[in-house]
Amino acid sequence: MWHEAVAMGVISDLLGPMKGFAVTFRQMFKPRVTVQYPKEQRVKPQRFHGRHVLNRYPDGMEKCIGCELCAGVCPARCIYVRGADNPEEAPISPGERFGFVYEINMLRCIFCGMCVEACPTEAITMTHLFEMSVTDRQDAIYTKDELLVRRDGTPNHPQPEGPLIDLRELRLGDGWLRATASSGRAAYEGEIAWTPSAGPGLRPPERGQRPDDPEEAR
Amino acid sequence: MTGTELLLEGAVKVVAAFALLLVNTLLLVWFERKVVSDMQNRVGPNRAGPFGILQTVADGLKLFFKESLTPRKAEFVPYILAPVAALVPALLIFLVIPIGRPFTIGDRTVQLVGMDLNIGILYILALSSLAVYAVVLAGWSSGSKYPLLGAVRASAQMISYEAAMGLALVPLILFTGTTSLVAIVDGQAGSFGGLVPAWNVVLIPSFAIFFIAGVAETNRAPFDLVEAEQEIVGGYHTEYSGLRFALFFLAEYINMFNISAITVVLFLGGWNGPDFGAPASVAWLFPILWFLLKTYVLLFVFVWIRASLPRMRYDQLMTFGWKRLIPISLLWIVLSTVAIGWRRFPPGWWPPEWWPFA
Repeated sequence: MWHEAVAMGVISDLLGPMKGFAVTFRQMFKPRVTVQYPKEQRVKPQRFHGRHVLNRYPDGMEKCIGCELCAGVCPARCIYVRGADNPEEAPISPGERFGFVYEINMLRCIFCGMCVEACPTEAITMTHLFEMSVTDRQDAIYTKDELLVRRDGTPNHPQPEGPLIDLRELRLGDGWLRATASSGRAAYEGEIAWTPSAGPGLRPPERGQRPDDPEEAR
Repeated sequence: MTGTELLLEGAVKVVAAFALLLVNTLLLVWFERKVVSDMQNRVGPNRAGPFGILQTVADGLKLFFKESLTPRKAEFVPYILAPVAALVPALLIFLVIPIGRPFTIGDRTVQLVGMDLNIGILYILALSSLAVYAVVLAGWSSGSKYPLLGAVRASAQMISYEAAMGLALVPLILFTGTTSLVAIVDGQAGSFGGLVPAWNVVLIPSFAIFFIAGVAETNRAPFDLVEAEQEIVGGYHTEYSGLRFALFFLAEYINMFNISAITVVLFLGGWNGPDFGAPASVAWLFPILWFLLKTYVLLFVFVWIRASLPRMRYDQLMTFGWKRLIPISLLWIVLSTVAIGWRRFPPGWWPPEWWPFA
């Protein structure tokens, strides 16, 4: 009968707010989503835009050839590069010039990754490092020796490994390797993208790079 | 019962009440933060001490060491007195709340209540009205616009909900026939037919209206427009810092405890509860534990309400107080008076032999 329906409607209207209370009550028994930093660190995405590093080839030569393309494309104008000619007897980079002065002002950097896209030699890539607090504005201008990776390819981090810094993740594959990985695209599975850190020597061209092969040119 | 004995007893009770309220505030601030964070899927304070239990101590120490600024445009004397005026009624209200069964020492019976006033309910209502002064003084004497706005709103809010509180208690006073809190608790011992405890919560509308009006009195969510940070910075306590702010903070949490304790005493049976046949050496503890358990259940409901409901707009708040709560409580007074009168002067044909609630 209609009055029963009205009564049920009134009762459910009165008890409606109680459903909200049930929601908050139920949440008490669900797991918490807080990450107890610094004891626990979150796993960052593969292409995380962290701090930059200047890479080396496996034989130790620096990749940066001092072309200043990164400084030119930087929208925040935070990179300062000056190139110099490679000394004849001890070349620093395989090319005519190398990055003599290389500074990035991390306070101006917007971590967009345009410098990584612009670099012709994959010299500058971005790692997962993000703990960059400094106490002085001058310390935030990262110079070349802070940015350059060490001889064995591990990034140079001014702070030692400790409770706040986890340097293990820096020894994973370099940024370019990760940036150009197939990452789940089925067409590229099993194909290593080009990076000198996978070793010296030539590799077959990438998919779609051979225009005279009609299948590959698709 | 010499004068010095009375004085000593009074002094011990006052110190015990003070200590209980302060320890309870410590616990309550932590409890609230943990429960609110649990309801929001996050971990609350967990750094200061195990499970963050020393967080309130850390907060209190921080406030203690902060500078107590006085704004240049502030009216000095009311500005200094307002936090004190907030804390004193909160502390005084607790003195009439019985927390346990009276026990005997030698030839004296000691009531576990600061003072067994036979006008207990009136005393509570009067002191909660005094608490409005503190808010208004604080807001006006701060000399700036947000505190003044907050104070004006607070005074209107607290006064209107006090009317609802008082009216909600009228059926209770008629039902129990007394305004003394100790007598009300004693009247709630025993049970109906051995199953349902004889608590006054049979007066459900009174219980609901009193509790809701109590939440509004203490300026807690969803009635916390008075101190809404998103709207008027801090309301009446914007210009206060350091120890003076700590006193307001303390007063608010002590008021929360008071309202819960009063609701427990008036409606939920106070310290009555089974003691599971414990030996007499431990049995004296059970009433106090029951009282604390019930009070903390109600404090959980306070925090639950805070975590669940959005803030009420000012006009919604005033509409709710004047156009909903007060008419409902007036209607309930009429209905309950009819029922209580019927109980007191029953006509011949009711109640029949089998009715247990006679």
